[in-house]
Amino acid sequence: MEKALLFDIKRYSINDGPGIRITLFMKGCPLHCVWCHNPEGISPKVQRLYTKKKCIGCQSCVENCPQHALTLTPDGIVCDKDRCIVCGKCAEVCPTLAIEMSGKEYTYDQLMAEIEKETEVMDTSQGGVTFCGGEPLMHPEFLLEMLRRCGRLDIHRTVDTTLYAVPKIVEEVAKETDLFLVDLKLMDRTKHHAYTGVYNDRILSNIRLIAELGKSFWIRIPLIHKLNATVENLSRTADFLASLPWKEKKVDLLPYHDIGRMKHDKLGTVYNPDNKPLDPPTEEEKELALRIFADRDITAGFGG
Amino acid sequence: MTTNTTAQRAPQSTSNFELLHPENNLGMNDRIKRLRKESYEAKPSLSIERALIETEFYKENYGKYPIPVLRAMNFYELCKRKTIYIGKDELIVGERGPKPKCVPTFPELTCHSVEDLHVLNTRKLQSYTISQEDIDTYEREVIPYWKGRTQRERIFSHVPHEWRVAYENGVFTEFMEQRAAGHTALDAKVYEYGLLDLKEKINKKLESLDFINDPLATDKQDELRGMSISCDAAILFAERHADLAEKMAAEEADPKRKEELMKIAEVCRWVPAHAPRTFWEAVQMYWFVHLGTITELNGWDAMNPGHFDQHLAPFYEREVAAGTLTRDEAKELLCCFWIKVNNHTAPPKVGISAKESGTYNDFTNLNIGGVKADGSNGVSEVSYMMLEIIEELHLLQPGSAIHISSVTPERFLHAGCRVIRQGHGYPSVFNPDVYIQELMRQGKSLKDAREGGCSGCIEVGAFGKEAYVLTGYLNTVKILELTLHNGFDTRSGLQIGLKTGDARDFKSYDELYEAYKKQLHYFVDMKTKVSNYIDRCFAKYFPATFLSLFIDDCIEKGRDYYDAGPRYNTNYIQCTGLGSITNSLSVLKKHVFEDHTFTMDQVLQAIDKNFEGEEKMRQFIINHTPFFGNDDDYADQIAIQVYDDLYEAIDGIPNTRGECFHMNMLSTTCHVYFGKVTGAMPDGRLAGRALSDGTSPAQGSDTHGPSAVIKSMGKLDQVKSGGTLLNMRFLPSLLKRDEDVRKLASLIRSYFAMGGHHVQFNIVDTATLYAAQKTPEDYRDLLVRVAGYSDYFNDMDDDLQSDIIARTENESI
Repeated sequence: MEKALLFDIKRYSINDGPGIRITLFMKGCPLHCVWCHNPEGISPKVQRLYTKKKCIGCQSCVENCPQHALTLTPDGIVCDKDRCIVCGKCAEVCPTLAIEMSGKEYTYDQLMAEIEKETEVMDTSQGGVTFCGGEPLMHPEFLLEMLRRCGRLDIHRTVDTTLYAVPKIVEEVAKETDLFLVDLKLMDRTKHHAYTGVYNDRILSNIRLIAELGKSFWIRIPLIHKLNATVENLSRTADFLASLPWKEKKVDLLPYHDIGRMKHDKLGTVYNPDNKPLDPPTEEEKELALRIFADRDITAGFGG
Repeated sequence: MTTNTTAQRAPQSTSNFELLHPENNLGMNDRIKRLRKESYEAKPSLSIERALIETEFYKENYGKYPIPVLRAMNFYELCKRKTIYIGKDELIVGERGPKPKCVPTFPELTCHSVEDLHVLNTRKLQSYTISQEDIDTYEREVIPYWKGRTQRERIFSHVPHEWRVAYENGVFTEFMEQRAAGHTALDAKVYEYGLLDLKEKINKKLESLDFINDPLATDKQDELRGMSISCDAAILFAERHADLAEKMAAEEADPKRKEELMKIAEVCRWVPAHAPRTFWEAVQMYWFVHLGTITELNGWDAMNPGHFDQHLAPFYEREVAAGTLTRDEAKELLCCFWIKVNNHTAPPKVGISAKESGTYNDFTNLNIGGVKADGSNGVSEVSYMMLEIIEELHLLQPGSAIHISSVTPERFLHAGCRVIRQGHGYPSVFNPDVYIQELMRQGKSLKDAREGGCSGCIEVGAFGKEAYVLTGYLNTVKILELTLHNGFDTRSGLQIGLKTGDARDFKSYDELYEAYKKQLHYFVDMKTKVSNYIDRCFAKYFPATFLSLFIDDCIEKGRDYYDAGPRYNTNYIQCTGLGSITNSLSVLKKHVFEDHTFTMDQVLQAIDKNFEGEEKMRQFIINHTPFFGNDDDYADQIAIQVYDDLYEAIDGIPNTRGECFHMNMLSTTCHVYFGKVTGAMPDGRLAGRALSDGTSPAQGSDTHGPSAVIKSMGKLDQVKSGGTLLNMRFLPSLLKRDEDVRKLASLIRSYFAMGGHHVQFNIVDTATLYAAQKTPEDYRDLLVRVAGYSDYFNDMDDDLQSDIIARTENESI
């Protein structure tokens, strides 16, 4: 594979590893967390986003759609998904960016050119590049080549991942990675499955794997009221992490927010379809989390 | 540290600052709290005292003396007769008017009419109170004498018709029509020589004049005599303060205050007659010099001490080592200085309503940090003290900037960034490594360039050695608008520019651009001719014999600050709207000449009806065109071309003082005024909306974050300019953690490594600004960075407020 689909490139990224970074969002993820705030990163294909608020009803898209898949209704532009071939013509002609295509193909060279735009800022801030997603490990060949190319230019490489992948891929990627940011959502395997669509066994064993390989990593936990911001889950998480040979001992806690709802609207999909209770953590829960990690000599803080 | 947005401030408190940062009150002792409160709460008023003294003097003496002597005698008269003010609690003394924020007028430059005075007294924005009695006196005593004799009338009686039409319709402005040239800052010699030393130097020079071989000897004699009288004037002014302090001491019951007053008297008896010996004397020395220059004439920017921390550091270090001064005492004296500067509101202009001129502070922009004359690091303990004061006092003036060279310690940059995070709009950040190159390119020596810096907003100059006259703003967007209409101004219905051809007939982008360049040269030449005339008017009628004392080599040459006395003599034209014109050219290049999305006729029709009924087209343009500020070479190459051609058009045009004009990229608030007089443009900007400010990307057109902005900016060869200006707005959320502050520091270092001249940050959120528009009374102390300075949000008009809000939020989630 020589190309990969990215759904965003963010410069001056200050929350995705050390220094100032350029963060590359690779499309496609094996998990589908109900709270996902980048749901356009889940599908590995190009998708059409529609922001009704921006639509001025000019019908440029309707007139230009080669498949005649679009209609203007009182609810805005409606797309006949059976006809739509996701060609992107509608986004090209949409004056207000109400229609945008999520997912743009990049070759290695094209992506390296984007990364190198940020060279000066990465250099002075001791930052680098962060591969994120979606799940970057879903594209091991492309990811590995990009990591190697960055490595040759002495660019600091971070991979932001769920580590939901076969151990062999994790090992290969680990060789070319300076820092992992690993999402760890829930310790209970049944709940993990219920909320993310996969069991966490592989994730936990891969965390142990990179720890034993001596790799640097930070853990990131989306903190959700009553779901994982509990004594039981946080203690189990902290105990697990404390049992690892881990020098950074750094946990970023990300209080839950429902920004994903807005993105689902744009995708035309439904956020949290089963109406699972999702709320930001209370102040007590936040303090609890800090205390539980501190008790195990792990530095936790709120970021993101 | 918690995030600081003004929304959190308790509106009912009299000094909100103190509630918000109780931990920062260390330096604010009770005296400083009281003085700050007084200064903050004082309402600007007009004093007619200066005008009365001057009018009386002119009536009696005009025609009896050579002009430099006359001006110096006028200054002497003012120093002899003006009301002396020493406030309760003050340590540093002296006011331009009879009390804080009481502003004199300068009828010799421009004389307020009765109507002007009424408007000033009653207008909503920044009023200047004046009594009916004073207005009557002014009408009787001042106005009749100056009618037809002011500098402004002298200028306007001369200007050619085409200049006036271009000026009145917003192609350019003219700085020098209401105030005198300021735009200079002082160097270390202020603290090395007393005025008695300078008098000796002047006398020697007078003795050496060669009346046989030097045809200018008589002129030099007049000028030098004027300088000598100016020395006497300032010494007398200080002595009168000493007299008053002694009198007050005699009547003072509190023994501590009595002692302070005696000390004030002692200081004022010593400086400015002699060179200062102590930290206190050094600060008071500067303040007397500052007051002298702004009493003598009404120079733009008031006055500026330049590298004040570097100048004061030797006094501080010597006294602290000797045990005669503590850090707290030094800081208290500096706080007193800060408040003094804040007491000095700028004199109001005439003839225009409040709307165009809502901003009325001067631009005393302290240069903190930077490099020394030998290229080494200029940061000292005094620099850190100044950063503390900026944060603690939170005052509008003086403005302040940190100067970050490659030799500047990281610790100082971080300390500066932590103050920036507080969101006062100060300090701004300058890059000596680039501006030293700018100055050297203009012909300054390495040493003089290093001792130079940035005064006013962002303009560079050799401090203590240069008169760098800002002549006015140039509206590049208007020039493109005229080009698109064959030189015709649709707004006024007048043919303002050259007939460069119907834009519909242009076959290529290059043809269009060549037409623009012709118009540009036409207006630049028109403007420089009048600037040169005005320069001579100042040289002839308003020599600044006091200011000339402090600018090398006026004494040595026996020539005035306005008459090529300084070692360096520059005129700047400040070019406005780079971001906006770049975007418009990008639209025309891409959509008309390359992609043929629209015809030129369609674009012209759309802009001529202000995009009415063409919202689809406008939106398409805004969202589907490469714009400046996104690290996109398509647009950035256009910006480079525009910038380079402004340089070609301006740089090197001779001025009357043996040197030439240079380009400067400053807009202050003029991008708002220029926007009002410029119609809708191809970039989708609607008629009347503000243009882009300084060299910044147009409002909202930078969508790729701060690092893309600095990359675009870094592509301009900034060394060719006399200063560029980059405004960036950060939400408080981007600077929450200390590591975020370090990242901001990295961003600054990156930009400077790319050759950036200046950057400044507004740390505000939009919600705060909207709230401030709704309930202004709750946000009285909301300071917002406007251009090279900060201003109170509430003092800005709706357009400027909207402009501030419209700027891109660099939010990252």
